[in-house]
Amino acid sequence: MAKQTESIFTNPILRWIDDRFPLSSLIKDHATEYYASKNFNIWYLFGVLSMVVLIIMLITGFFLTMNYKPSADDAFNSVEYIMRSVENGWLIRYMHSTGASFFFIVIYLHMFRAMLYGSYKKPRELIWVLGMLLYFCLMAEAFFGYLLPWGNMSYWAGQVIVNLFGYIPFVGDTLTEWIRGDYFISDITLNRFFAFHVIFLPLAIIGLVAAHILALHHVGSNNPDGIEIKKNLDETGKPIDGVAFHPFHTSKDLVGITIFLIIYFAAVFFAPEMGGYFLEVDNFEPADPLKTPEHIVPSWYFTPYYAILRAVPNAALGALFLVLAVLLFVFLPWLDKCEVKSIRYRGWQYKFALTLFAISFIALGYLGLQPATGIYVFLARFFTITYFAFFLLMPLYTKFEKTKTVPERVVYKKKES
Amino acid sequence: MAENLNRRKFLSIATSLTSAVGGIFAVGAFVSTFQPSKKAKALGASIKVSLSKLEPGSIIKVIYRGKPIWVLRRTNQMISELDNENAYLRDPESDLSVQPDFAKNKFRSKNPEFFVVEGVCTHLGCAPIEKFAIAPADMGPDWKGGFYCPCHGSKFDLSGRVYAGVPAPSNLRVPAHTFIDETTLLVGENS
Repeated sequence: MAKQTESIFTNPILRWIDDRFPLSSLIKDHATEYYASKNFNIWYLFGVLSMVVLIIMLITGFFLTMNYKPSADDAFNSVEYIMRSVENGWLIRYMHSTGASFFFIVIYLHMFRAMLYGSYKKPRELIWVLGMLLYFCLMAEAFFGYLLPWGNMSYWAGQVIVNLFGYIPFVGDTLTEWIRGDYFISDITLNRFFAFHVIFLPLAIIGLVAAHILALHHVGSNNPDGIEIKKNLDETGKPIDGVAFHPFHTSKDLVGITIFLIIYFAAVFFAPEMGGYFLEVDNFEPADPLKTPEHIVPSWYFTPYYAILRAVPNAALGALFLVLAVLLFVFLPWLDKCEVKSIRYRGWQYKFALTLFAISFIALGYLGLQPATGIYVFLARFFTITYFAFFLLMPLYTKFEKTKTVPERVVYKKKES
Repeated sequence: MAENLNRRKFLSIATSLTSAVGGIFAVGAFVSTFQPSKKAKALGASIKVSLSKLEPGSIIKVIYRGKPIWVLRRTNQMISELDNENAYLRDPESDLSVQPDFAKNKFRSKNPEFFVVEGVCTHLGCAPIEKFAIAPADMGPDWKGGFYCPCHGSKFDLSGRVYAGVPAPSNLRVPAHTFIDETTLLVGENS
């Protein structure tokens, strides 16, 4: 049964389309009549910003493939060719490489927002799980993309990650051979990583983003107070505390997008290498299977997990802990036993645990960039324990949390005029 | 009526099973394309290495399946040092490490003089660096010569045996190899 929606158009062409395609109802359902809380704060920008980065990555990536050659003999040189000979090739490439880092910055902030305000809780568990699938795809996308320039750091970081699969009992060696398609990371491996990077994962990401947003618009957005605004409706059936996504939230988002683009392009133009964090020094040398870089580090956005991998004395267990560290996020909706969503009304236990977790994540990120010696190993072990404690002890400390009373309506201060 | 429903159920199950079998075969075809191709296998065949110019105390490196294979011709002094470090090694008898049966001893080779090993750290696949000097400044006064991995600090002795307390879990792997004659080595096959 198709929903009968009155056309929002007067233009005859658009009306003609409307009779044959649910254009008006799509616009209403997802923009002009999608109500989201009026008390959104800055944390609520990072979802739309990750969409902006995704679009930048899709467009720049598309243009990069026009000059990039995915073969062991040509890859490194074709990237140099893009940088030096293609008109504005450097711009496209730096937008893509800087975009990768910014993608993770906005995604990490977006995830932290959900942890602050309990956005993963009922009825939004599936949105969270879809978001985590997106995060895994993004990590895979970044990993595959990182091999493509065929620099020496690309090569060895790829080597290290693929070898992690070798620790799986019984099938490890066969599996690594299957992933590489060769007995070592070679032209064959590069070619298939390229296929994953430009076809499979972008399609998966676009599909998951659609599902993520459809699920969100089905249950409605959370807010900094963690109140279901659908519980307080006015006489026309609209949430009293909500305002239409378009034009209200979209115009606010435009300001955020503008500020974001200023920061992003400042990085693209003035610090595309970001002191070796966005583009690593060793990657300006072509891949060499016989020469390991002095100090193998993954890109900064993987270093928290890398620090965990190295903190565990046993290599196979370290790989297992790395996988667990990533996977545990998925179970947050079921580990958190507290009824109250927003940190504003939660007890000291969760506030303390989340603060400690944020510190652990950042500290592990720093430690993953340092050599694994002396005090760094000790610290990495300490923060690995606090990292896992946040998740594994969560059912305990959230059960006995003393929460504050959650207000009936969202807290929204009018500006004094 | 009931007969019709049963018939329908039977047809649904039969159709589902037939398509599932077809589906598995189709997936299998796609999955198999990921395996090393015939060309990759041909390029990964055994290689011959001539050792006639290898001086005692020196090492040659060849590439086999994209991995560095090292052949170290140990001096008598190097061989005698192998007994002194047992207490500090994780797996001195190579019980938990990968090597052909004939190399499961302290020399990790058939002939103590020639040591053939994969130059790949068993931790995460970096290439260790040779540190043959005894007690150099950067390795400390107790160093008896061996290999050091610059990535995460794993240390190995001159038989590629791993020291305890470093990230690498096992000794360096000894690849399948065999000596065709005194000075010709075949890497990739045991006999």
